Amino acid sequence: MYDFALVFSLRHARREPPMALTREQIASIAALARLDLSSSEIPVYQDSLSRILDFVGALDRAHTTGVAPMSHPLPGLSQRLRPDVVTEQDRHELYQANAPQVAAGLYLVPKVIE
Amino acid sequence: MSDWHTSTLTQLAAGLRARKFSSVELVRAYLDRIDASQAALNAFISVTREQALADAAAADRALAAGAGGALTGVPIAHKDIFCTQGVRTTCGSRMLDNFVSPYDATVVAKLKGAGAIMLGKTNMDEFAMGSSSETSFYGPVRNPWNPQLVPGGSSGGSAAAVAARLVPAATATDTGGSIRQPAALCGITGLKPTYGRVSRYGMIAFASSLDQGGVLTPSAADAALMLREMAGFDANDSTSVDTPVPDYVAALEQPLAGLKVGLLREFFDKGLDAHNEQRVREALKLYQQLGARLTEVSLPNLPLSVPVYYVVAPAECSSNLARFDGVRFGYRCENPRDLTDLYRRSRGEGFGAEVKRRIMTGTYVLSAGYYDAYYLKAQRVRQLINADFTRAFGSVDVLMGPTTPTPAFAIGAKTSDPITMYLNDIYTIGANLAGLPAVSIPCGFVQELPVGLQIVGPHFSEARVLNAAHAFQRATDWHTRVPQGYA
Repeated sequence: MYDFALVFSLRHARREPPMALTREQIASIAALARLDLSSSEIPVYQDSLSRILDFVGALDRAHTTGVAPMSHPLPGLSQRLRPDVVTEQDRHELYQANAPQVAAGLYLVPKVIE
Repeated sequence: MSDWHTSTLTQLAAGLRARKFSSVELVRAYLDRIDASQAALNAFISVTREQALADAAAADRALAAGAGGALTGVPIAHKDIFCTQGVRTTCGSRMLDNFVSPYDATVVAKLKGAGAIMLGKTNMDEFAMGSSSETSFYGPVRNPWNPQLVPGGSSGGSAAAVAARLVPAATATDTGGSIRQPAALCGITGLKPTYGRVSRYGMIAFASSLDQGGVLTPSAADAALMLREMAGFDANDSTSVDTPVPDYVAALEQPLAGLKVGLLREFFDKGLDAHNEQRVREALKLYQQLGARLTEVSLPNLPLSVPVYYVVAPAECSSNLARFDGVRFGYRCENPRDLTDLYRRSRGEGFGAEVKRRIMTGTYVLSAGYYDAYYLKAQRVRQLINADFTRAFGSVDVLMGPTTPTPAFAIGAKTSDPITMYLNDIYTIGANLAGLPAVSIPCGFVQELPVGLQIVGPHFSEARVLNAAHAFQRATDWHTRVPQGYA
């Protein structure tokens, strides 16, 4: 049995999370997520991500042996298919109006191959 | 006439059809209210005055010709998460500050088709990630009941706009409570439909297995009128469900007698503010007097819904927000050294602190070595919570309880500790995990701040949920209260 009092008690938990993430771990997560973080941001995320992981650690107490993972809120519905016909028109000029840099109908990025 | 803003959406639509007033007059009056309140509330990111007045003139011509749909000439606002063709769509983020959508979201197109006039785009937590509308790149939204307090979030701009009667209805989205929680904190009606009931096409994605579009209005009857136009199958959304849209308006007046109401035992715990609880208990007593039969039900796994959510939602967010790469649209950093630098700095500079926090949480729980322990585990517990709901709906028609643990809180009060902020959605997240329709309606006040009652139903029971909400609103007048200064 779980109760909200238990979950709410975490709100007042001022203790340090037991498994604090290191600076290196935060830097590695940020690199995976392609996010540039300033040196002052790293300790902020060290603290808050550690707290979040501690908080979601409450899931360990649930007994889930033999329980199937649920990825869709309406189980039993099958993925719809459509006929394989062209439905989209070429509207690249309209779409590229939002692009930061375009030339000759192509998206420009920094040189990838030297 | 100067009191249009105290009329309901239903009355405004009928008044327009009867040509008691014109859409141009109505739209101009509401635009003036928006302008007058913007400095105090910051409810809007964009106001589309010229387009709205042109659309209103066209609506008047249609009405004069005896044509028009259910909402012809009625002013509304869209949460700035819905793509609007030719109109800036920011999602509350610097990342999309310069993004002009090349197409309309299905919800936007459907409401346009029904004749509604868009007055503007409402402010919101950045990418809908927040429970207070404080994470917006465009500054915090303020609660019309007290400008020192938050309106809730993430649909705080839509909620503040409807509460202050700047528009008679506004669209919104709900991933963990983002329609119902601001509805409760602003004293209005907020409906989150069943997952798949309203198309997500053109609704900027946060967590795709949880996101659902809905509406904020003063009353349940107005929400029924809006949902009838917004709902329906859409081939452009692969999770849209092809099931007929009932006439939600016609179902409003069904008698309540015999309605089996389950009280969620887990919701009446020590986290619930005692005054909030009192208002909710009074509302439940009124339901009893209206003929409902109350029984207590227990959903033992429900208290784990917040931890489940803060694994599943960040995981889906980290995946969905991978599309913001500084290449095809959105913010790009200055002078990138190489492609990796372009990605990392565009995203690092374009996203705000809470969005980055969620992307990194999601990246971590999906990364090799942690996927089973966090993501799969959370999906399994989600299954248990869903099973709890299914079991409960075997014996009751709807579930009732509080929408939030407390009334509105001060701006800045919960920004330092993310967990404290996340716990605001403790009563609302369950319905998202199970894809259920739910509504929050005003049920009284605590120290001059509104309190919300939540009603949750089985899949596709919007008609029943709105019917129950409407019956309560026929017997009470909480939903007609307007904050001082906006009456």
